[in-house]
Amino acid sequence: MLSIRNPKDFWAGILFIALGIFTITMGANYTLGTAARMGPGYFPRILGILLVMLGAAIAANGLRVKGEAIPPWNWRATLVVLGSVILFGYIVEKVGVAFSTVFLIVGASAASHEFRPIESVISGIFFAALAVGVFVIGLSLQLPIWPQFGH
Amino acid sequence: MELISHLVTGFSVALTPLNLLHALIGCLLGTLIGVLPGIGPVATIAMLLPTTYALQPVSALIMLAGIYYGAQYGGSTTAVLLNMPGESSSVVTCLDGHQMARRGQAGAALAIAALGSFFAGTVATMIVAGVAMPLSEIALKFGPAEYFSLMVLGLIGAVVLASGSLIKAIAMIITGLLMGIVGTDVNSGVQRFAFGVPELSDGIGITGVAMGLFGFAEIIINLESKEKRQLVTNKVKGLWLTKEQFQKAWPAVLRGTGLGSILGILPGGGAMLSSFASYTVEKKLSKTPEEFGKGAIAGVAGPESANNAGAQTSFIPLLTLGIPENAVMAMMVGAMTIHNIQPGPQVMTSNPQLFWGLIASMWIGNLMLVILNLPLIGMWIKLLTVPYRLLYPAILLFCSIGVYTVNNTSMDVMMTAFFGFLGVLFVKLGCEPAPLLLGFVLGPMMEENLRRALLLSRGDPTVFLTRPISAFMLAMAVFLILIIALPNIRKTREVAFTEDT
Repeated sequence: MLSIRNPKDFWAGILFIALGIFTITMGANYTLGTAARMGPGYFPRILGILLVMLGAAIAANGLRVKGEAIPPWNWRATLVVLGSVILFGYIVEKVGVAFSTVFLIVGASAASHEFRPIESVISGIFFAALAVGVFVIGLSLQLPIWPQFGH
Repeated sequence: MELISHLVTGFSVALTPLNLLHALIGCLLGTLIGVLPGIGPVATIAMLLPTTYALQPVSALIMLAGIYYGAQYGGSTTAVLLNMPGESSSVVTCLDGHQMARRGQAGAALAIAALGSFFAGTVATMIVAGVAMPLSEIALKFGPAEYFSLMVLGLIGAVVLASGSLIKAIAMIITGLLMGIVGTDVNSGVQRFAFGVPELSDGIGITGVAMGLFGFAEIIINLESKEKRQLVTNKVKGLWLTKEQFQKAWPAVLRGTGLGSILGILPGGGAMLSSFASYTVEKKLSKTPEEFGKGAIAGVAGPESANNAGAQTSFIPLLTLGIPENAVMAMMVGAMTIHNIQPGPQVMTSNPQLFWGLIASMWIGNLMLVILNLPLIGMWIKLLTVPYRLLYPAILLFCSIGVYTVNNTSMDVMMTAFFGFLGVLFVKLGCEPAPLLLGFVLGPMMEENLRRALLLSRGDPTVFLTRPISAFMLAMAVFLILIIALPNIRKTREVAFTEDT
């Protein structure tokens, strides 16, 4: 009976196998060429095959040798932090540096278990002023400070 | 002597007021970011890389070198005062440095770290200058087959000497190589793995990858742990050593410098391996090994000197062969590429000003750190008292703006977030991100050399074995893997990396 003795290795192996298969299927559209005249598909194909082989070995290891469990994942922190960054990237050109910064700072602060809403707003305003001063005015970065209407 | 005239050229470049200023700014910024808990040199360089875009290549590299040394030193400060290593090479410094701080000797620990690093940096810079020329001359004779095999050896060496699972690390390298070739294929013009995203046609930017994997992921992992960090600041006074401390420390500094200089040249070497090795050596040689882990000054002096020497000599493979041997050097390749410099043996002849200017600035950077950090230590301590809940959103902000400025596109910010997610996933699955970054910068070079080698041999793959230098390097790579695969040595390797941490 097969059981997953080392979840870290097993799932890492599965991840690499998936990535390898993805590479090989995606790369099937690119010309392979010959060894002497390598096409754009040649090198990725080699890497894809290697990745599948290594992934299989890692996953097999995860079935064979006992090892650590995958540590619990704090999804909230991950989503809140990365979500704030993505939001920032999404709105900064339209809404401007000032408000985007406040959103990013307050949003990201919420990921901490020590979150203090009022403090984070103050910090957001402080860093918004700093970001505008340093990046937009100081380094003349091509970004608006305030929201852009009609664009 | 030729070397002296080269060094004169170097210093005449590095000592211009403008370049001195850039070295100074680099050291300051590097320390400022490096001192932040949980931010290592790779993330620091990634964050600050955009600040160098507007500069001339020489100034930019000088500033980056300053950033690197500053980040290293900042990491040591955090390790001593907070018991929180910002980078893997400071892990060792935490052991005895933090214990010294608790016993009221933080000043001495920080002073010996600075002085030891400066001494080690001076010696290692001379080694870099001396070894660079002959090595470049050899490297210039390399053909594509030799280069390909050298990269294989470099990559394998890098993971063999690093900690963690070997096979996972190799899989991470391959993943990195794949990410490296995303974008337009130089030979056929075909868009590879770009998914129709126009921003991907130029390839994935190294700043986003490094910031995501090393910066964002680290922040998220830090947020998961709820333990309180203990800051020892009230006892930092008297940044000097007693005579007795000095006598205990200087032999360790000498040994650390020697060890670090040698280990730094090896693939996968550099700062981390050097500091671990030095700590083990000092503990073995000590007459009072029981003091180690409880605040032995030799346990700070040796590793700190070794990691700085290693950090310095790890530039040798990069500057002479064009091959980065660790994640920090991979960042340097990324930086040089952005400034249109292809790292490799030709830099020394085609751009001597840049090459020798960089070497001279290494020494100047080290000197600046001593001058800057001893008096400025109070300021860095203040920064450490700022709670993490206020620091990390600011780090995220500067990363996001920084990565936006690379190409002035929002897409890059989103991609960085994606790499942040990948970084957390890799940590959870026990996969080290450093080999990925190495593979990432070497991807295009490796493909190009493989292509050329096989073109010259008319498709005959034995070319890698029939050319003696190439065959030797591949044999070395296989040998390294075999050593690790042997159970006995594997056991000692595991011990060496888990002991005392």
